[in-house]
Amino acid sequence: MEHLLDFFSNIDASAFTFDLDYISEKVIPVLNRGLWVSLSLIVPSVILGFIFGVAIGAGRVFAPPRIRRLLDLHVTLVRGVPLLVQMFIIYYGLPSIGIRFEPYVAGVLSFTICTSAYQAEYIRGALMSISQGQIKAAHALGFSTLKSVLWVIIPQALRRALPGCGNEVIYLIKYSSLASAIVMMDLTGEAVGLASQEYKYTEVYVMLGAYYLAITSAATLALYLIERKTAIPGFGRLAAGAAK
Amino acid sequence: MLIGPSGGGKSTFLQCLNFLIHPDQGEVFLDGKRINPDNKRELYDFRQHVGMIFQDFNLFDHLTAEGNVSIALRKVKGMSKKEAHARAIHELDRVGLSMRSDHYPAQLSGGQKQRVAIARALAMDPKVILLDEPTSALDPELVGEVVAVIRKLAAGGMPMLLATHQMDFAQALATEIIFMEKGRIVEQGSPETLLAPGAGTRTQDFCLSLNQMGAQNPAPCCSKAETQETME
Repeated sequence: MEHLLDFFSNIDASAFTFDLDYISEKVIPVLNRGLWVSLSLIVPSVILGFIFGVAIGAGRVFAPPRIRRLLDLHVTLVRGVPLLVQMFIIYYGLPSIGIRFEPYVAGVLSFTICTSAYQAEYIRGALMSISQGQIKAAHALGFSTLKSVLWVIIPQALRRALPGCGNEVIYLIKYSSLASAIVMMDLTGEAVGLASQEYKYTEVYVMLGAYYLAITSAATLALYLIERKTAIPGFGRLAAGAAK
Repeated sequence: MLIGPSGGGKSTFLQCLNFLIHPDQGEVFLDGKRINPDNKRELYDFRQHVGMIFQDFNLFDHLTAEGNVSIALRKVKGMSKKEAHARAIHELDRVGLSMRSDHYPAQLSGGQKQRVAIARALAMDPKVILLDEPTSALDPELVGEVVAVIRKLAAGGMPMLLATHQMDFAQALATEIIFMEKGRIVEQGSPETLLAPGAGTRTQDFCLSLNQMGAQNPAPCCSKAETQETME
């Protein structure tokens, strides 16, 4: 209780400063520079992560047992080790065996590996939710296994996986801030650099948070539009009013 | 016509015929040619010529009625989009559903779904159609529309192998009845022989017990009561 009182009595609101001129003259230009770096990390990682996620997820359901076990191991490793540690291994560890990456490449690589493992789980769940009956029907029409996966199962599974995958995109945007740990000057990297110059932590970090919020909001809107555009009666939200 | 109690092996038998389930033994011939299911190309080609109708329809949920019929034409037969569309509309028209072509499965009734499934099978120009209890999952008042389509097909001379519990079906359409129980064929013959008054066959027993159930619960089985009359 005493600690709590101490804690509150130490709060001094009059010491709060929020220097708007500093924000418009210094913080915004610097963060804008970092924004492009962040986006250049996020966008390719989302796209590649999604493609590999679909491939790994489909492999974990349809591939022969040996490949399936290998993919299970891969997903367990990637999901079980902190992303920051993975990035350190890729950027600082691999050079010791002669594999060197530019920071940007190391960043996209580790984000893609990480996000695809999570995406694969959403995709796997969605793939398994498609009824066996439809697969049988496709086979009975003369579809090969590959064709039935491609034209019957994946189009449905992607719609089912979309909310989960969208969630993962939001996560990726936020954990892209870890790129600063491998000397990338992304949003967070620029902000940390700027804050250490003039110690205006409040201005810099509140604005940094606002930038991430703006990116995730834009992504949320985009995902909502995709979901609405691909909606089909009988899938999720629109199912209710669909009965004849 | 395949009849027999549930779990008797009717569905398994039908699915073995187009290798959806791999048969433990036996051979399948189409037009006198033995099918080798281990040759993928031959198997896929064979399946195109064998239509299959399932008890629970198994329409592709993400495609409209038209899409359900045309997808195999495009992706399996390699037709152009336009060609496949025209054929799909034609087939939907044959089952009386051309005005529902842009409806998704979730927007169709059970009977309409089964008719789309029939149109989907017909579009492949099958040489024979396997029907696995095509009316069992339908509400009683929707059975008629599907039966009408199947009767029309039979009248047109389409070879069909139909598993059913509906005895009026068996009587009206069958040229041969196969009675299955516990995974084996128990009886086989023309409906006239198997269902003749006093024939004392297992098939006849089965039909009588079905009809008795119908008497206790008249609504869904009025057609079966009719069968009983003709039998007596």
